[in-house]
Amino acid sequence: MSLRTKLAAFAAVLVLAVAGTVLYIVDVRETRAEQVASAPPVPVADLATVTAAPHIVFRSTAIGDEYGKVAMVSLRDPAGPRAFTRVACDRVYAHRDAAVCLYSKPSFVTTYQAEVLDANWAIRRELPLAGVPSRTRLSPDGAWAATTTFVSGHAYSSPGDFSTETRISSLRGGPSLNLETDFRLIVDGRRNTAKDRNLWGVTFARDGDTFYATAASGTKTWLVKGSLTGRELVALREDAECPSLSPDGARLAFKTRNGKPEGQWAIAVYDLAAGKTTLLTEQHSVDDQIEWLDDAQVLYGLPRSGTGPSASDVWAASADGTGTPRLFIPDAWSPAVVR
Amino acid sequence: MYLSIRDRPAGEKAAGSRVATTVVLLGVVSLLTDISSEMVAAVLPLYMTAELGLSLLAYGVVDGLYQGVSALVRIFGGYLNDRTNRPKWVAVFGYGISALSRIALVPAHSFAAITAVITADRLGKGFRTAPRDALIADASEPSMLGRAFGVHRTLDTIGAALGPLVAFGLLLLVPAGYSAVFVASFAFALLGVAMLVLFVPDLRTSGKGLPVRRMVAELASPRLRKPLLAAGLLGLCTVSDGFLYLSLQDSGDFAARWFPLMYVGTNLVYLSLAIPFGRLADRVGRARVFLGGHVALLLTYLVAGGSDGGLIATLVALGLLGAYYAATDGVLPALISRRVSADARGSGIAAAQTVVVLARFAVSLAFAGLWEALGPSPALLFAAGFLMAGIGAASWLLKGIDR
Repeated sequence: MSLRTKLAAFAAVLVLAVAGTVLYIVDVRETRAEQVASAPPVPVADLATVTAAPHIVFRSTAIGDEYGKVAMVSLRDPAGPRAFTRVACDRVYAHRDAAVCLYSKPSFVTTYQAEVLDANWAIRRELPLAGVPSRTRLSPDGAWAATTTFVSGHAYSSPGDFSTETRISSLRGGPSLNLETDFRLIVDGRRNTAKDRNLWGVTFARDGDTFYATAASGTKTWLVKGSLTGRELVALREDAECPSLSPDGARLAFKTRNGKPEGQWAIAVYDLAAGKTTLLTEQHSVDDQIEWLDDAQVLYGLPRSGTGPSASDVWAASADGTGTPRLFIPDAWSPAVVR
Repeated sequence: MYLSIRDRPAGEKAAGSRVATTVVLLGVVSLLTDISSEMVAAVLPLYMTAELGLSLLAYGVVDGLYQGVSALVRIFGGYLNDRTNRPKWVAVFGYGISALSRIALVPAHSFAAITAVITADRLGKGFRTAPRDALIADASEPSMLGRAFGVHRTLDTIGAALGPLVAFGLLLLVPAGYSAVFVASFAFALLGVAMLVLFVPDLRTSGKGLPVRRMVAELASPRLRKPLLAAGLLGLCTVSDGFLYLSLQDSGDFAARWFPLMYVGTNLVYLSLAIPFGRLADRVGRARVFLGGHVALLLTYLVAGGSDGGLIATLVALGLLGAYYAATDGVLPALISRRVSADARGSGIAAAQTVVVLARFAVSLAFAGLWEALGPSPALLFAAGFLMAGIGAASWLLKGIDR
């Protein structure tokens, strides 16, 4: 091949690559605009009406201008009309008079924010946030907010390996606690000081002191019981992540590997008094912090495969390990039940 | 001393003090490929967690693969290069797999699919590194090897620095348009492969392929044994960067938020010093500059270990770390390729790189224990003492090697 032919061939590849990319980007933008225009209109409800009765707060993933905004639906009609707030969050959790919102602001250097919002969805205060949002919860008495983020490069055994940072921040003024540095971790009666330990996925009890979370070190994970005043975390059992305490405070729902391959989780419920674990009937891998709908049912988000990224639904399953999971709120993520 | 670099027709080699066109072309191929791969690496954590709703752990698994896979395939790529004696086409195979893995990311929405795609990408990286470095060595004047590798690594690092900027720029244009990032990344990779296929000459180092027995004999030969031993020994005294960054950023939220910029800072220093250090290596000796790089690393440990986490100490430590990379990353293959016969060059370069990676991996496990027992600063100072001994031993092993 002569140099001239080669240059011509390279020019052809260059044109194809640039044109292909530009066309693809234009197509993505147009398809999005069309999807927004042709999406079945989301039935919209009035915010004040929905808020007046028990409801579910979540991140709406329905295609359209409101994509990613925090919405809410009535507990009586979860698949029905939704009321939208102005706020956009990757992760949200809410009470009657407060909400916590974690989100990322993409830019040349992407930054992450956490905010506590009041009943009118106005910012009440900002929380420290070090990385990609993962989990968040408020304590039942509204005194504490827990956030878990992914921090890149924080781990040391291989550069760039993942690690988590979990903070519990006082909302009534006072300290922000780091689970990793401010708490002792006790596993099998012995203190665990491993530097590679990670802690994440907090759920609070009603007494204002007790909480549950996940601890990990090496290849193991533990369900841990924490005390805010005692600054201590005690491992209760192995292989349990992202616990969530039932409204009656008697059981914990969590993700468990249960022999599944890495990156796959089943969901289970653990009876605190009896120490007994029940696997739920959901067959898909659940990678979410479970929320309790009531004392008998749990809610969780599932990505909707086959319809492209970003599509997700909230499902409900029976907490006693019977029955078939059912679709609860379509196009939704990160549910929080508010009574 | 046995020198393996045969004379080539004048047209293939650069005259005077210019680096061969082939080296610059390979550098541009790496630049395009690195834009492509760093675009994906930059958006992958956000894509997996925020877009696909996968967990931190899932990302951790993929990230572990990202770091680990390529080192082990590298020696195989090196051998394949020498066995087939077709460095260009082994490299095309490696670059090609990585390019195809970009477009495969568009439909990959599950954890298993993403894991498979990233593994394929890293396999490609492992395959291409040694034949590419063999090509650089083959196309260069023996007296200019350091500079040639310096030019290549500079172009390579420019690509690595541009990748995230291109990716986040696209995300501003198409919010949450991760598939657009993957398509653009594929376009860059495709251009790299096209440039390699069309313009890089199909150099052959020898007439016949290399049998396994000869390769083993080559790698164990006295010429190569000492530098490999020295590289391994120094690798055993090299603490992984993660520890350094961690000890520097213990100072709170600010450091955590700007953490990605620490990598950028180190890269910029690497970028600006790779060519000057390569030239220096050609003038004063590759082994000397290689050892000098480890002295810079020793100083990094001392600054980071004695640091109070202040801005100045952080900048000085990152600068020294960048200098260490500039004085070692391209200089080691330049040093090795002079010590091995042309028909085993790919294997020789790959062996040196694999020895370093494996030594570092082993030591990072051991250092983790030390870090936990003593705390960051004493552990780093301890490592500095260890490295000082290592530099002493390595300089004895490398004595006279530059002549």
